[in-house]
Amino acid sequence: MSGHERRAHGHAEQGRIDAEGVFIRLGQGAEAFEAVQDVSFTVPAGEFVCVLGPSGCGKSTLLGALAGHIAPAHGALTLDGAAISGPHPDRGIVFQHHTLFPWKNVRDNIAFGPKMRGIPKAERHRQADEILELIGLGGFAGRYPKQLSGGMQQRVEIARVLVNHPRLLLMDEPFGALDALTRMMMQELLLDIWTRLRTTIVFITHDIDEALFLADRVLVMSPRPGRIVEDITVPFERPRRAEIVAEPPFGRLKRHCLDLLRPRPGTDTLPRLSPLGAPPHAR
Amino acid sequence: MARPRPLPSGRSVPDTARFAGVGRWLLRAASLGVCLLAWQAAAQLRLDLGIVTFRNVPPPVEVAQAGIELLQSSKLFDHVTSSLSRVFAGYGLAALAGVMLGLAVGRSRLAGDVLMPPLEILRPIPAVAWIPLAVLMFPSSELSMIFITFTGALFPILLSTIHGVENVDPRLVASARSLGAGWGAILREVVLPAAAPSIVTGLAIGMGTSWFCLVTAEMISGQYGIGYYTWESYTLQNYPDIVVGMVLIGLMGMGSSALLRRAGARLTPWHSTDEARR
Repeated sequence: MSGHERRAHGHAEQGRIDAEGVFIRLGQGAEAFEAVQDVSFTVPAGEFVCVLGPSGCGKSTLLGALAGHIAPAHGALTLDGAAISGPHPDRGIVFQHHTLFPWKNVRDNIAFGPKMRGIPKAERHRQADEILELIGLGGFAGRYPKQLSGGMQQRVEIARVLVNHPRLLLMDEPFGALDALTRMMMQELLLDIWTRLRTTIVFITHDIDEALFLADRVLVMSPRPGRIVEDITVPFERPRRAEIVAEPPFGRLKRHCLDLLRPRPGTDTLPRLSPLGAPPHAR
Repeated sequence: MARPRPLPSGRSVPDTARFAGVGRWLLRAASLGVCLLAWQAAAQLRLDLGIVTFRNVPPPVEVAQAGIELLQSSKLFDHVTSSLSRVFAGYGLAALAGVMLGLAVGRSRLAGDVLMPPLEILRPIPAVAWIPLAVLMFPSSELSMIFITFTGALFPILLSTIHGVENVDPRLVASARSLGAGWGAILREVVLPAAAPSIVTGLAIGMGTSWFCLVTAEMISGQYGIGYYTWESYTLQNYPDIVVGMVLIGLMGMGSSALLRRAGARLTPWHSTDEARR
């Protein structure tokens, strides 16, 4: 049993989220608008939840609030009963891409969290190497992010968060920039990691297949202002195989989600929100 | 049909291309030679074109002789070291101040509001325009020259640093905060390295302007230094030495900028590989 699995057992009952009447406002002055409106939900410890919604519906904003980067205007957002008041390594966040530190090699990227906690170099490198084995990148510790493929970079992003033993893993369309095959591999890898660590995961996506394949529960959000319009329990047995996406029960659930997400006539698609700021190349 | 034989080292430059390479270097050398010859001819013939005259311009051969003489004398060392020490002092202070102020202004709106208005007013004033006032303000001409060098380098470094800091990807900062980084760690581990390529650019530009300002300042208030040497040669009518001084100024400015770029590339290896891959 590795150190991480032991740790995970230690706080198997940690990672419960309670959201009660959460409103989130974005923008300044006259341009301010409600990105998230009256959202309430509970995630029991260790559950895998996907938040599914169209582009610009405020799901990333909700994730930003769970991470502690954005403060809700109203309502209560708690993790294990304690109010979320700022970013904390207990709530690790993984973005879509390119948020590894380009000037640090893979090992030092992963060891960043432990370094911030003041763990000596030898020990944090040992922790990084252990996690690298877990995500199947044992031989890449000395590489720089630019020298890795997109899928490998995402694995390192996940590792960099997992090394902090978070109670909650927040993922903002983490596989959105990957090609279909890599994405499938990453989904299986993530499920594999999650079965071993059992942290609570909140996973943002606009891909119905992805949500239904990964999650225990799918929270479907409406276009702006974002509200939760349906809370779907995904009944498929675990461990899940990639083939289930081609089976009839999956198709039925997918059709139901499609109906929920289909834009009503006369509404435009919304521009993408970047509540934490867009990457420089997207500006 | 003969197939091209792959070279074991991976270099597959055909011989014709290599000859073309040599040919281009010859052409470039020839172009330089023609310019020198034209200069020699114009100076020797004391060519007078009306708006410009070569009557007092020393020919390159005399310049070379004067250069060799200067190399052999002990004067060169004094001039070069006093210029270098002024640049090191003024530029060093400017680099320190520019980067620190730039980090503060780029990271904090309060610092921007407090620091930028006076800096914005001073910025359009060329450092050279400071010379008379600097001479009045500082007790020694040495200090006034260092001040001019400092002023010349400060603004390019400051502005590039601000630019670099403001362009740091906010998601990198958010990631670092979620990983437990505090205020100081974000500055040290994220903002500084992310802005480093831009800072290095500012440092290289600042190096050029600080040499430019130093030489001007030395011409006016110096006692040693390359700029002073060049101006002194004019007043003493040692015309070949003027050109020797000019060449030395060029070499030293170019050398220090090249050193800086080299050091910058060494300090930001991720950035150069990044550019090469694009």
